[in-house]
Amino acid sequence: MADRTAEHTADRHATTRPEPRSARPPARTRTARAGGPGLLGSSAARSLGLVAALALLAGVAMASVLIGYQRFTLEEVQLAYAGYTGSDTDLVIRHLRVPRTLAGILVGAALGVAGVLVQGVTRNPLGDPGLLGINAGAALAAVLAISFFGATALLGYVGFAFVGAALAACVVHTVGSLGPDGSSPVKLALAGAAISALLGSLTSAIVLQDRATLDEYRFWVVGSLVGADSTSVPQALPFLAVGLVLALALARPLNVVALGDDLARSLGTRLWLVRAGSALAVVLLAGTATALAGPIGFVGVAVPHIARALVGPDHRWLLPWSAVLAPLLLLVADIVGRVVVRPEELQVGIVTALIGAPFFILLVRRRKVAGL
Amino acid sequence: MSRPTQKPDAAGTEATGTPGTSTVLGTATRVLRSGPLSLRVYAPSVLLGAVLSALAAGMAVLSLALGDFPMGVDQVVAALAGHGDPLTTHVVVDLRLPRVLTALGVGAALAISGGLLQRLAHNPLVSPDIIGVSAGATTAAVLVIVLFGGSAVTIASGALVGSVTTALLLYLLAYRRGVSGQRLVLVGIAVTAMLGAVTSYLLTRAEIGTAQRAMIWITGSLANRDWPHVATILIALAVLAPVAFALARPLGLLQLGEDTATALGNRAVLSRGALLFTSAALAAMATAVAGPVAFVALVAPQIVRRLLRGRAVGLFPAAACGALLVAVADLIARTAFGGSELPVGVVTGILGAPYLLYLLARSNRSGRGG
Repeated sequence: MADRTAEHTADRHATTRPEPRSARPPARTRTARAGGPGLLGSSAARSLGLVAALALLAGVAMASVLIGYQRFTLEEVQLAYAGYTGSDTDLVIRHLRVPRTLAGILVGAALGVAGVLVQGVTRNPLGDPGLLGINAGAALAAVLAISFFGATALLGYVGFAFVGAALAACVVHTVGSLGPDGSSPVKLALAGAAISALLGSLTSAIVLQDRATLDEYRFWVVGSLVGADSTSVPQALPFLAVGLVLALALARPLNVVALGDDLARSLGTRLWLVRAGSALAVVLLAGTATALAGPIGFVGVAVPHIARALVGPDHRWLLPWSAVLAPLLLLVADIVGRVVVRPEELQVGIVTALIGAPFFILLVRRRKVAGL
Repeated sequence: MSRPTQKPDAAGTEATGTPGTSTVLGTATRVLRSGPLSLRVYAPSVLLGAVLSALAAGMAVLSLALGDFPMGVDQVVAALAGHGDPLTTHVVVDLRLPRVLTALGVGAALAISGGLLQRLAHNPLVSPDIIGVSAGATTAAVLVIVLFGGSAVTIASGALVGSVTTALLLYLLAYRRGVSGQRLVLVGIAVTAMLGAVTSYLLTRAEIGTAQRAMIWITGSLANRDWPHVATILIALAVLAPVAFALARPLGLLQLGEDTATALGNRAVLSRGALLFTSAALAAMATAVAGPVAFVALVAPQIVRRLLRGRAVGLFPAAACGALLVAVADLIARTAFGGSELPVGVVTGILGAPYLLYLLARSNRSGRGG
């Protein structure tokens, strides 16, 4: 998105980069100008790269099962499923490590794809479910559900989390796009910060009333995959699957939306439909991810940029690549968190914030983000 | 201040020695001069400051009277004057007065901090709690609470170190041939998120009792504030507020843009650095005694700006407005919810965030207020 925003500026001032006026259709021309095709130019390279990334993800997932406070060998993992005896090793593998790794993959994919959708629909390079207050909305709703309705299982509060995420997203987006000149990255980010602060105040008002809720809350709010177990992961799966499929279906319309509202409309895109679909997908993905693992920041903002650098701005490639790269990043962060302060653990949300915030700052310092 | 001839706005003023009316600044502005020193006074700003101060004082007296043990204003005045009965004197002077004074001081400090920062960043939507200065203070203070238990003094020093370090970091990270307001905001949001993660981690490492104490502190609370807190915030104000007022003059030049300010003889980079650190130190001291009380730093200068119809915010009325806001919010937090008391930060958060959203909705693309 950074490139595309810069491109709008270039349009306005008509100074930089002469337009390649070729016989190609306008959409292709715009795409080509918008930061180029990325490192992997051809479809073959992108497909091969995606397969390689998937293989890498499988390797990292394996490592995530093996590495931790207790280290396991491949045979032990095999035995835990082939010759289950109920030993401690079997239990840890089957009920802690494997669900945790699966949760990492699901949450990562959800956050990465949600990030692409937010950045695509708002045409905002700094779009991220966390920064836009969606996580804070889901968090407040989940705390409400736990504290007032006694919800315990994921299924009990995931509905609340959806509603919270949706409401926060609506308010932030509405506020960010009101005013004489419409939306801008800074306005959206500020609106997100304000809403997050407001929801954070309310959340702390609730958890401060009750020590037990606070005790649960403080371990959840850091963003951790530890809480995911063999019951919550299967419960989250259908929501995430629907969200992911919806997102992939939106790839082509999102490419058109990237051209600007007017052009998209004249090309026959029903903008409201694309926006509503994206919003629904983002709420499903980010809401479920937050309900499963707590608020995890910066994955949603960083991964789309990395993917864009690799495969360019075409959402048909961007979405699957983000869905693979984000879990890769999240699992690596989780493993790092398990290893660096052994025997303690650094929660994955802390690790992603410590890696992600510098990345975000780098992004802000780059000249390409318009108006910075 | 020492070379008044360089002041562009002084060009049209009258002879030195007597208060004159400036043709450049409009009839409401007076310039007081004495030898090499000059003071520009904008009458409505001073008047507004006086009115808001009076309101804050009235609110303080009301706050002293209300609570679990309600009493009349006359009893409060008698207790303050030293001839009330022992019980009311104890409640008013020993229990409620330190808290009310802390509230006033914290509000004033936060408002001055926010006012400086908003003008520095050319962006009325910037405040220490949004760009991460308060978050720096919070993280450091929680570290102190979790590691050492934390007395008032150690928490205050921790907060000061944390927020000034964060301000330095922010300045360096946002610096790129000058510091642009928008870059400062976005870098600040990232730094806030990172510090928030560290704070959350510290909370998970603590005993639940300590975590609860830290959590209340993080939300911003004035409960059980005592005379050491009052002394801390008042000394901070006594030292830093004059610095802030002195720095506010170059601030007027900076609003013309960094290049113009430099051309007019203002060392822009230096003034900006000094401003950022004064603002950070004020926010730090307020945070140190009361925790990060949300949105006051942002909202108080904005209200004043609106009341003055868009003129550059005077720091004096902003400070009075901040004091009034925190006093009102604390009274609500203390008395409006029956038996259980809310931290004051929850109240200011609930009241302040909608106002920020309203400002945002009216602002233009770069996030500057309309």
